[in-house]
Amino acid sequence: MLEIKNLHARIAEDETEILRGIDLTINAGEVHAIMGPNGSGKSTLSYILAGKDDYEVTEGEILFNGENLLEMEPDERAAAGLFLAFQYPIEIPGVATMEFLKTAMNAQRKARGEDTLSIPDFMKRVKEAAGHLNVSMDMLKRPLNVGFSGGEKKRAEILQMSLLEPKLCVLDETDSGLDIDALRIVSEGVNKLRGPDRAMVVITHYQRLLDHIVPDVVHVLSKGRIVKTGDKDLALELEKNGYADYIDTAA
Amino acid sequence: MPAVQETIDKVKAIDVDQYKYGFVTDIESDRGAKGLSEETVRFLSAKKNEPEWMTEWRLDALRRFRQMEEPTWARVSYPKIDLDDLYYWASPKSVEGPKSLDEVDPELLATYEKLGIPLREQEILAGVEPKNRVAVDAVFDSVSVVTTFKEELKKAGVIFCSISEALREYPDLVKKYLGSVVPVTDNYYATLNSAVFSDGSFVYVPEGVRCPMELSTYFRINEQNTGQFERTLIIAEKGAYVSYLEGCTAPQRDENQLHAAVVELVALDDAEIKYSTVQNWFPGDKNGKGGIYNFVTKRGDCRGKNSKISWTQVETGSAITWKYPSCILRGENSRGEFYSIAVSNGYQQVDSGTKMIHLGKNSSSRIISKGISAGKSQNTYRGLVSAHRKASNARNFTQCDSLLIGQDCGAHTVPYIESKNASAQFEHEATTSKISDDQMFYCLQRGLSEEEAVALIVNGFVKDVIQQLPMEFAVEAQKLISISLEGSVG
Ligand SMILES: Nc1ncnc2c1ncn2[C@@H]1O[C@H](COP(=O)(O)OP(=O)(O)OP(=O)(O)O)[C@@H](O)[C@H]1O
Ligand SMILES: [Mg+2]
Repeated sequence: MLEIKNLHARIAEDETEILRGIDLTINAGEVHAIMGPNGSGKSTLSYILAGKDDYEVTEGEILFNGENLLEMEPDERAAAGLFLAFQYPIEIPGVATMEFLKTAMNAQRKARGEDTLSIPDFMKRVKEAAGHLNVSMDMLKRPLNVGFSGGEKKRAEILQMSLLEPKLCVLDETDSGLDIDALRIVSEGVNKLRGPDRAMVVITHYQRLLDHIVPDVVHVLSKGRIVKTGDKDLALELEKNGYADYIDTAA
Repeated sequence: MPAVQETIDKVKAIDVDQYKYGFVTDIESDRGAKGLSEETVRFLSAKKNEPEWMTEWRLDALRRFRQMEEPTWARVSYPKIDLDDLYYWASPKSVEGPKSLDEVDPELLATYEKLGIPLREQEILAGVEPKNRVAVDAVFDSVSVVTTFKEELKKAGVIFCSISEALREYPDLVKKYLGSVVPVTDNYYATLNSAVFSDGSFVYVPEGVRCPMELSTYFRINEQNTGQFERTLIIAEKGAYVSYLEGCTAPQRDENQLHAAVVELVALDDAEIKYSTVQNWFPGDKNGKGGIYNFVTKRGDCRGKNSKISWTQVETGSAITWKYPSCILRGENSRGEFYSIAVSNGYQQVDSGTKMIHLGKNSSSRIISKGISAGKSQNTYRGLVSAHRKASNARNFTQCDSLLIGQDCGAHTVPYIESKNASAQFEHEATTSKISDDQMFYCLQRGLSEEEAVALIVNGFVKDVIQQLPMEFAVEAQKLISISLEGSVG
């Protein structure tokens, strides 16, 4: 589903190189975890996948279902099924969460040549998805992410993800800011979306998320390179020993 | 909520830079002589069969106008307007005095149809009572061409007609109130208007009557080189209520055109007037050529105790907007409100705001202003809140938010606060923000296009004010705002 080949990228503004040759292949149905020290480039990678123009790809390519992802606009990528759950979700004042959901769903449907959702159909979907994630109707009426607690923001991200039904889900530290119960609820929400046609990239610092969302593959990113790839046990090992072993090899 | 999608469709459906209402109606028109003079005033007054005192009133205004200087304090700049190069009277040939709907020139009806203004009463005939009926006074250049639902309103005791007709039919009422809120010499443009005003609407709601439907006036400038000087007067007697909406458009022309209106509102004890404006005069083309110069004096007098006047405006048009709908809070416990959305794009210049003059005890006011600037436009909020000696416990809350789109536009906030009574409580909040790259990226990541993202964020920004508009116009207003901001990103 996703093929990243020798990806080099830098910050457009000051030309600092952040990603220094990433190779990563993710097949449909797989869940990949990406771990790594602060500042290693995990969020940068997720932004580049989503098409944020603060970054410049200097080398390499990304194929998404065979298409050249780097040539697509961010909204085209979204309509093609790429979703990024932000590490720091953005506030949109005055726009009710409900309204945002509807606008986003219909925008993607339109881009794919599908009909707009009827109000009852939309309401039914929202109520169901919100129910699973313990998101109240009250919260849906509030402006998106404005004054939401850290945990509420993350739940709102997963709510959007469930409703948009993307093919590739990129979750950037979705576990940070979640209390123990919320972590379970959100993980269940994510697991519900696991399926043979869908792939996931889960960026996290902690094993506890991976207890709930068990990954097929775990990567360690350090200084803009993948320095180690393993199965779920790699995460357990990192939890115990930290990154010291891998960071040295990357230096 | 549904407006966002519709907005986008609308925006897509039209070419960039196309002002949707820019067409010209090809209709034979009568014009008076060019230039501002005593003859012009007498000609106008005679055309309208005005009573003698009215002619004198106008001539007096003209004499006073000759001694006045054009104000320069607003943050707008434009070449000097040659008042002697303008026509002050233009009327479609087919209009002679008030008519019923079936006598109106089909060409005119078609024009309003095209503008989306319902000049129809026949829904009732179909047997189904439409949910929200709106009575319309349609003013075309210098004359009112038709007023709908007049008979039905009359049954409720409400007078709704053109000011010309009111001068003939209800001269005493007009004489009593005209100029009582905006004095003849109030300011340069108001004085000019007093001398040469052509037409506008007159509303009188008698004691205890709640006007049974929305009233609205639709102003259309069609002729070239013609100034439109409308005059509107609304009176709500004790305990009366009326909601009134004003809309306006003009053809797309290369020359600038002058529009100088005066609107006076009078609310007596326990009366309420809600006045909404959707101003969409031609704003000029993308290079700043053409467009309406809109110099307007709007003022409401909360004359009685517990009276309330609320101004809601959505300003998207005009090359220059100079407009400060105000409230004189004379009555005890009276309340004034001003809700404004001012959108500027291209080379538009907006200098708008309000004055809340607290004279009565316990009077209160609320100002919510949302300015959105894009392109190379300049958008200024200018507001005055004052409490006079006797205005104990006067209260005001002002919130003034500006949103900037792009790098080349400007937003300015100029609040004046004066209090001569120590118990007055005035609160002022102001913010300036930009649509951030992060917000745009977030929306795009969810699948919205750039246009959709801007429309959504802007609609969120103006929501507090949109909610104040009569329901049936709220959606229209949202669309209009998005269309006005077309081409402001990317
Ligand atoms: N737009 C930007 N401008 C300047 N520096 C940036 C920008 N984006 C990323 N960086 C820098 O690039 C490096 C990688 O950042 P990134 O956010 O990708 O790290 P991360 O692995 O997600 O870290 P964390 O675990 O703390 O979330 C950091 O040093 C960061 O400061
Ligand atoms: Mg990060």
